[in-house]
Amino acid sequence: MQVIKPDINLDFIGRRKIAFYLSIAVIIISILSLIIHKGPKLGIDFEGGTLIQVKFLSSVKIDDIKVGLNTIGLGKSSVQGFGEKSTNEYLIRTESALVTSEGFSSQLKQALESSVDSDAEIRRLEMVGPQVGEDLREKALFAMFYALLFITIYISGRFEMKWLISAVMAAALIGAVYILNIFDVSIPFLIIAALIVTLILFWFLELKYAMGAIVALIHDVTITVGVFSIFEKEFTLPIIAALLTIIGYSLNDTIIVFDRIRENIKKHHKKPMAFIINRSINETLSRTVLTSVTTLFVVVTLFILGGGIIHDFAFALIIGVLVGTYSSIYVASPILLTWQQRGKTRK
Amino acid sequence: MKTFSWKLLLVFAVIVAAFIYILPTLEMRINHKKEPTLWPRKEINLGLDLQGGMHLVLEVDTEKAVESNVERIAQEIKERLKKKRIRNVAVDRIEGTKISTRVQNEEAVSKVKDLLDDEFRDLKLTKSTDIGTTVFTLEIPDRETKDIQKLAIDQALETIRNRIDQFGVAEPDIRRQGDKRILIQLPGVKDPQRAKDLIGRTALLEFKLVDDTGNLQAALKGDVPPGREVLYEVDEDPETGRTSKIPLLLKRRTLLTGAYLTDARVQIDSQYNIPYVSLEFDKKGARIFERVTAENVNNRLAIVLDQKVASAPVIQEKISGGQARITGNFTMEEARDLAIVLRAGALPAPVIVLEERTVGPSLGADSIRKGLISMCIGGILVILFMIFYYKASGLIADFALMLNIILIAGGLAAFQATLTLPGIAGIILTIGMAVDANVIIFERIREELALGRTPKAALDAGYDRATLTILDANVTTLIAAVVLFQFGTGPVKGFAVTLSLGVIASMFTALILSRMIFDYILLNRKAKMLSI
Repeated sequence: MQVIKPDINLDFIGRRKIAFYLSIAVIIISILSLIIHKGPKLGIDFEGGTLIQVKFLSSVKIDDIKVGLNTIGLGKSSVQGFGEKSTNEYLIRTESALVTSEGFSSQLKQALESSVDSDAEIRRLEMVGPQVGEDLREKALFAMFYALLFITIYISGRFEMKWLISAVMAAALIGAVYILNIFDVSIPFLIIAALIVTLILFWFLELKYAMGAIVALIHDVTITVGVFSIFEKEFTLPIIAALLTIIGYSLNDTIIVFDRIRENIKKHHKKPMAFIINRSINETLSRTVLTSVTTLFVVVTLFILGGGIIHDFAFALIIGVLVGTYSSIYVASPILLTWQQRGKTRK
Repeated sequence: MKTFSWKLLLVFAVIVAAFIYILPTLEMRINHKKEPTLWPRKEINLGLDLQGGMHLVLEVDTEKAVESNVERIAQEIKERLKKKRIRNVAVDRIEGTKISTRVQNEEAVSKVKDLLDDEFRDLKLTKSTDIGTTVFTLEIPDRETKDIQKLAIDQALETIRNRIDQFGVAEPDIRRQGDKRILIQLPGVKDPQRAKDLIGRTALLEFKLVDDTGNLQAALKGDVPPGREVLYEVDEDPETGRTSKIPLLLKRRTLLTGAYLTDARVQIDSQYNIPYVSLEFDKKGARIFERVTAENVNNRLAIVLDQKVASAPVIQEKISGGQARITGNFTMEEARDLAIVLRAGALPAPVIVLEERTVGPSLGADSIRKGLISMCIGGILVILFMIFYYKASGLIADFALMLNIILIAGGLAAFQATLTLPGIAGIILTIGMAVDANVIIFERIREELALGRTPKAALDAGYDRATLTILDANVTTLIAAVVLFQFGTGPVKGFAVTLSLGVIASMFTALILSRMIFDYILLNRKAKMLSI
């Protein structure tokens, strides 16, 4: 069976303006949402705090749970339903990292049982002190940073077959980061600075493929983070894992399109770039769509059936797969084309 | 045929190895055994989020260890001064870790100086005068402070290990993390709160005399006589749950500590049928205990545990033999835990819980079930889709996919990696992405066939062209996974492991295994058509 015919020829490049405005709009919305919400909403992993997952035998009212919490001095906690409604599970979250002193869980259990009049089971208790939260935040950001660094080095070397340049890139990046580190810049700014340095270097070294790939990657991560912010979902350690996976996945798509573009440049070296790029996208379209479909199959299954704990993780992956597929067609390749045309007009 | 016989061997070896590594786990689960019995006796470890358990990060308050060390030295100085009959010298611990020795009368200055020079030479000494009095300030050198701190952590680690061993947790993982943190993982622990209380307790046992002649009321108002302190005896009624706090005026000097204990056991009082903890001292401890009790008959001796008075019985007569008991309104469990901490020894410094993650066993089982269901349904969807889209070739890809999962499982067991819930998600994700390599190849073969090549030529061209692309595309995912492994903790590390295993396995099955199957079909069956 073939859904996408081999002679398919959709005009992707012709519609790149629409895609460009669409991407810009979504990115602006994402950034606006982040500004309105004062940055991404951090889970207890990164902010410190206490999270308690409780399951009740019969259905209960959230207000009753709050009454019970009040009696043991946890009146300020937020309470929300968790997972499917029929399971009567709730998440209790406090901002302070409780020192769960002797007998805390039995106290909590008693207080809840007497206020909601149902047997309670404390299924999960997570307490992260502010210090550890800060450590984990730093670790997560470093993970993002190093993933970007290594991927940048890899694609600048691999795409252009210029490993020497990639070594220069690596040295320049590490140098820039080292200097910034001396001035004690916070890590988010370090990442942004590293990205800007990367883009500038790509520009001057004329690494056009690498530029396209990195821009697509920034596009994907920004939108995923933005969607999380819009839906007011929390960032936890697994979400960082999901973001890094998205980075890998998005590049995977981009690399396959770019590989085909390079191959087609050799084959049709007389044809204009726009034609070559469009043809390459069409030739790989079948593969792009198929892989996205099978990946979506599994992540949607995970989203629906995987249970509450893995829910947001699967959600991030769904967004990432969708955006990653879109960006390899509509972000990475058009940037390549824009670059090429810029080069031509200069000549 | 000879050209790919080594490949055949490799594929065969890898698959057999994977099966060998999975079998112990399978056998264990099916027969509900606790330990893998089949060779190579390696099982797939489940993370705390899947089997339930507790993860704790503690910080040892090493500053306190230094302080108590300094306090001990200050006591020693006082005693030496007393022995040499040098009077009017005030020895105090100041600014946490310094000792000030204030000498009032001039003629004692040289004597004190001599004493400090002779017997406390390893301390830094500075001399100053303050309105007529000479002040010697003693300080522990920095290097020794570091040693004390390091020792405190080593000791804390050892003590906690002892306590957990005696509490009885299968396969605990206790290790040092960074400078002064201790990471503790207790898989499958039944009563996490109790385990945590047991671990976090300082358990400093001290024997001090009660000063019944002093003015307790004045001391409570803040006028504590020198060398005295006020501690409370906290008593909880097990039935009403109400607590009472009785203040006691104690002599500050510690006569005996838990360091001299050789054993601590739970016994049942035959008269009242309530548990108590019996203590047994070593020879030196027994001698001290005998002397103290002989000198203080009819006085009260307070048993102080972590700055709380457990009980303060009147000494009836000299006690020799080195036996003592701690009574109180203990439940059986409390008495048992107290005996454990006393046997294992006191922590050299208090510990603070920085991070705690506890997952109940029922939630872990839920997670496994949901993870497996998602894996099966997601897998079936992908398998059906591949057959539907690529027909017989899809079947080959599906076969490769199944083998992938087996390879991941085998890899998990072989590397003794830990399977976590995000790890299961990683396997599920791999199922979705693993067919990618096959899809790239199949699409290429279809293109080549469309150009009018023979099946064999199309196959070769397809594989040749797709190989580099597949390698490239997978390297990026691998980079992300390796970075995650380096920086992730617990569950996330599990994800990084399954993702990397999945990527490697899918490259192996797509590039080597499915190629072999195709070659076999084309060569041996002389197939004229590719069902693709």
